[in-house]
Amino acid sequence: MPEQPAASVPAVSRTVRAEPVMGTVITVDVRDPGVDRAAVEAAFAWFHEIDNTFSTFRRDSEICRLFRGEITEPECRPEVREVLGLCAEVERRSGGAFDIHAGGRLDPSGLVKGWSVERAAAKLQVAGARNFFIGAGGDVVVRGEPAPGQRWRVGVRHPELADRVAAVLAVGDLAVATSGCYERGEHIVDPRTGRAPQGLLSVTVVGPSLTYADAFATAAFVMGEPGVTWVSGIDGYGALAITEDRRTVWTSGVDRLLVRATAPAT
Amino acid sequence: MPVRAVVTLFAMVVGVSLALSFRTPPPSALGTAVAPPPPSSSSVSGSMPTPTPSGAPPSGGSSPAPTPKPAAAGLKNGTFTGQNAANFFGPVQVQVVIAGGRITDVKVVQSPNDNPQSAYIASVAMPLLRQEVLQAQSAQIDILSGATYDSQSYAQSVQSALDMAHA
Repeated sequence: MPEQPAASVPAVSRTVRAEPVMGTVITVDVRDPGVDRAAVEAAFAWFHEIDNTFSTFRRDSEICRLFRGEITEPECRPEVREVLGLCAEVERRSGGAFDIHAGGRLDPSGLVKGWSVERAAAKLQVAGARNFFIGAGGDVVVRGEPAPGQRWRVGVRHPELADRVAAVLAVGDLAVATSGCYERGEHIVDPRTGRAPQGLLSVTVVGPSLTYADAFATAAFVMGEPGVTWVSGIDGYGALAITEDRRTVWTSGVDRLLVRATAPAT
Repeated sequence: MPVRAVVTLFAMVVGVSLALSFRTPPPSALGTAVAPPPPSSSSVSGSMPTPTPSGAPPSGGSSPAPTPKPAAAGLKNGTFTGQNAANFFGPVQVQVVIAGGRITDVKVVQSPNDNPQSAYIASVAMPLLRQEVLQAQSAQIDILSGATYDSQSYAQSVQSALDMAHA
């Protein structure tokens, strides 16, 4: 049996907006009729505000000013203090595999994108959106369903083969974050060794919070294959990874989401 | 500081999304996903088996869908040129080639080329997007985790070509 009904799928209203921000393209796709476009506009205004505040490329961002000692942490915006607190928490939980001070820098990028997308999703829900996704490169939040009775299908891009997805996850309300070394501009360094992490080509973390999923994915990538086991020990989170020796491995939390692969139709 | 790109795509689309952001033929004609065949299985909880049509499913998860023949998918054979769709970096227009009721190729008719970033998009992202369309047709995905470039205008142009291909 095919997984989805083959005919007469009901039409769905879609409001889609995509915009380059925070070094990637963020897409908001709302499937509710009569969605408040101002709420979608507000989400992008939020992303630009966060980009201005946290960018490590803008000399006048609060993060850069904090790094140069021009301001102190208590003088920073509440959002900066919150993110730094979350980063410190993940650093502790990951035994230092996640470290925003690695390489003598101050770079919360491994958490702030997921955090900002999660916040934007919450704002959209407050505005009445029920069925939508926000995608920001590797970081995805989905809510509700793409069409009545269906689950969102999230493809995990294969790290080496751009024409392949390594897996497809069928999900409802969930966060999905992928870290790897293949993405343009993404250079993850193991803060404990200063070298490029080994063992994994990419790792995808799923769970209730994109803030943590994003940071856990960064940490797990640094840890290598033991990182997959590490994520499996965190309540509510699961991981799927593609190893350097080309195995696809996943934790039990991912089992129920994984759409089984079949031979590709050629 | 460069002027921030403010061109945005804000589209109301009535329809069903299956792959990337375009509507594909009915799912009955399509298989599911696809991993590169890993050599062995081991590790944490699961590990992807070599995909074979008759292979035994690993424990848990949804049942494997058979791979039906791509028969009458509702698409006419031929080459269809999509509409010119606005991109943040410039216009994008593609041609979709249909054979046997399936998308067999996506050709770029027009893509941005008037600045370095646009040139990057044209030279690197477009070939990737082509592959993604072909892949997404099989994978039936709504969202991709791991992509870093815009696919919306590309998908828009593909969609308009597919609309023409529908009988």
